[in-house]
Amino acid sequence: MSTALILGATSDIALALAAELARAGHDLLLAARDPARLEEDAQDLRVRFGRKVAITPAFDAEALDSHAAWIEALPALPDLAALVFGHLGDEEKALGDPAERARIANVNYTGAVAVADELAVRMAARGSGTLVGISSVAGDRGRGSNLHYGSAKAGFTAFLSGLRNRFRASGVKVVTVKPGFVATRMTEGMDLPARLTATPEKVARDIVRAIPQRDVVYTPWFWRCIMLVIRLVPEPVFKRLKL
Amino acid sequence: MSSPSPSPDRHSISGWGNRPRVEARVRRPRTRQEVAALVEAGFRGIARGLGRAYGDAAVAEEVMDLTRLRRFIAFDEETGCLEAEAGVTLADLLETFVPRGWLPPVVPGTKFVTLGGAVAADIHGKNHHRDGSLGHHLDWIELVRADGATVRCSPEENPDLFHATCGGMGLTGIITRLALRLRRIPSAFIRMDTRKAANLTEIMAAFETADAATYSVAWIDCLAGGPALGRSILMTGEHAEPDELPARRRADPFRIPGRPRLNVPLFLPGWALNHAAMKAFNEIYYRRPLRARSYRDLDRFFFPLDSIGNWNRIYGRRGFIQYQFVLPRDRCADALPRILERIQASGRASFLAVLKLFGPAHPDRPPSLGFPREGYTLALDFPWDDRTERLTPELDALVLEAGGRIYLAKDACMAPATFATMYPQATDVRAQLPDGGPARFASHQSGRLELTP
Ligand SMILES: Cc1cc2nc3c(=O)[nH]c(=O)nc-3n(C[C@H](O)[C@H](O)[C@H](O)COP(=O)(O)OP(=O)(O)OC[C@H]3O[C@@H](n4cnc5c(N)ncnc54)[C@H](O)[C@@H]3O)c2cc1C
Ligand SMILES: NC(=O)c1ccc[n+]([C@@H]2O[C@H](COP(=O)([O-])OP(=O)(O)OC[C@H]3O[C@@H](n4cnc5c(N)ncnc54)[C@H](OP(=O)(O)O)[C@@H]3O)[C@@H](O)[C@H]2O)c1
Repeated sequence: MSTALILGATSDIALALAAELARAGHDLLLAARDPARLEEDAQDLRVRFGRKVAITPAFDAEALDSHAAWIEALPALPDLAALVFGHLGDEEKALGDPAERARIANVNYTGAVAVADELAVRMAARGSGTLVGISSVAGDRGRGSNLHYGSAKAGFTAFLSGLRNRFRASGVKVVTVKPGFVATRMTEGMDLPARLTATPEKVARDIVRAIPQRDVVYTPWFWRCIMLVIRLVPEPVFKRLKL
Repeated sequence: MSSPSPSPDRHSISGWGNRPRVEARVRRPRTRQEVAALVEAGFRGIARGLGRAYGDAAVAEEVMDLTRLRRFIAFDEETGCLEAEAGVTLADLLETFVPRGWLPPVVPGTKFVTLGGAVAADIHGKNHHRDGSLGHHLDWIELVRADGATVRCSPEENPDLFHATCGGMGLTGIITRLALRLRRIPSAFIRMDTRKAANLTEIMAAFETADAATYSVAWIDCLAGGPALGRSILMTGEHAEPDELPARRRADPFRIPGRPRLNVPLFLPGWALNHAAMKAFNEIYYRRPLRARSYRDLDRFFFPLDSIGNWNRIYGRRGFIQYQFVLPRDRCADALPRILERIQASGRASFLAVLKLFGPAHPDRPPSLGFPREGYTLALDFPWDDRTERLTPELDALVLEAGGRIYLAKDACMAPATFATMYPQATDVRAQLPDGGPARFASHQSGRLELTP
């Protein structure tokens, strides 16, 4: 039976993804900073899908040195690992606050890279595995309203591309997911355009469908077109836009 | 680590009838701990599920939307006992448990309701004459009271609170979890028998003889008058065994065939459903050739309207009401024709009208504000306008005079005095209302009916 590890499992996208993966026949390993918060969701997944659902010891993406030991302590190396955690942060604060600045970089980039490295190396040694990284359309071009978050996601996207290239021959598959606006805890209270905002369930379905066939997936699909246009705007023009 | 408290959001909300419409502050807690935290922080308003109550029961300036409390907790494959959070929808429950051969003991005419909403309205189904309302099939309810305390109640534990909460329209607290006994089914199909009844006397006789059927309900043509007054089509149903089904269904008898879902994208103009159109429709509907026996999957048998999304928009922006009442059995033969004639005289048409014979209310102790009692219940949809506004108090008076009552999950305009006479047990619910405590539970409906101060 295939086991999927979900990192950042308290997130809304992660819980929807967990359900889709269980529906597709995976057993689950759920990981979060505060494992106690996962108990009721894990139980729900068990009742719904009749799959094995276990909760791992606490996982903190920012604890950069801990990841190797944390992975070694898992019951087994998972067949699939999804890196869903992320930190949008407070951009105004980040401009003047080293701690917030570092946190955005560490959760979205450095920590994600660290744990993906450790998983990829072990999957490559085994000769099989799938890594799913949740990046963002925000990483496709730096914007004034989310320069720290966007650039960290840009780095993560580039890293996933390199990881795919590096480990393809070792049987490790890497899937980059770029969601657009999603209605989750992260965006709660923001005034997002309703027509462009997807549900976590929609995003999760797109991800599970993409895993066997795609390297990079935008979800919903139309963000590929939107981002193409945004990337095409010449920088002298782009710098004047309020985005 | 405490989770971030959910931020409020402003939305325009209403019941399924699209009136009244209110700008509300909508809280959307993710866990029962967040529910308790919101209550302790002084929540003042009412719980809300999927907003399928027609009137103003789930409407207030502040509402707590429970749809994120949608986790299953436990399921016992031996007994069928399901523990779940209150925001689990019936649609979700069916999708999860029908393939395993289980069905809730009571289902309403739509699967887009939450379990909490279903309990708060103590819903009834097409099997009421045999199985009673939802409250009879609950092991326990857990709710957050106005002081923030989480309390469990059942027919044995805190029974007064239990009977006030079933059918209590959210006034006793926020239901967070509950335990419900599901029932085994042999397939996802119903064997449906259909027959016509030429008038009210015939349909009432048909219901009497259909007493042994598991499910029974009739569509009634409220526009036909004179000797055809009350002409109806009676549908009865039984769970189908797999070996009765066509060969292609037998392999997987619990699979419900998918079908396209239509949608009403916009509010239609108010005149779209005029009297002549409805009369023509009813005529065709009644006259069409019927197959005496057919097989329907659960969706088509129980929730035919769910195949058209947002169908409530066909009545236009002014909205509509569903008028549903029940009359004591011994008063039906004289009062029902009078009510039908009164509706016809008003020139008010109802596109959808449903007639059903309820069985006795719970033998031991019915819920304090429980609606079903032994007798006929009739549900009619009226577009909202001045004529409807004049008609409803007249109908209320006729229902009241016959000793009947109006269903609170549908009610949108009853007067407080009418309510007080129809529901003398309201005092039992008032006794369970919070005195003190940081929070207060009240809806537009409870204020209008003077149930809450
Ligand atoms: C097409 C259609 C067909 C229907 N058919 C039937 C039928 O056959 N039989 C029947 O009995 N009813 C029927 N109904 C009515 C429906 O079942 C009830 O109105 C039910 O309460 C709706 O559930 P909801 O989750 O939408 O609740 P809402 O409409 O959101 O709320 C209804 C009431 O429940 C309370 N409530 C909701 N959640 C909670 C909670 N967690 N804790 C405490 N109180 C809560 C609200 O405060 C409110 O008073 C039908 C409705 C429609 C639209
Ligand atoms: N929502 C959107 O519009 C959107 C768009 C594009 C991309 N994304 C990406 O989608 C992913 C999921 O986000 P979401 O929208 O579902 O938001 P969310 O519910 O806020 O999820 C964020 C998750 O990251 C976790 N996390 C934060 N810091 C962590 C750390 N140091 N260690 C471990 N976990 C940590 C959080 O855990 P706690 O519960 O412990 O805080 C939470 O589970 C993120 O990578 C996000 O960047 C979101």
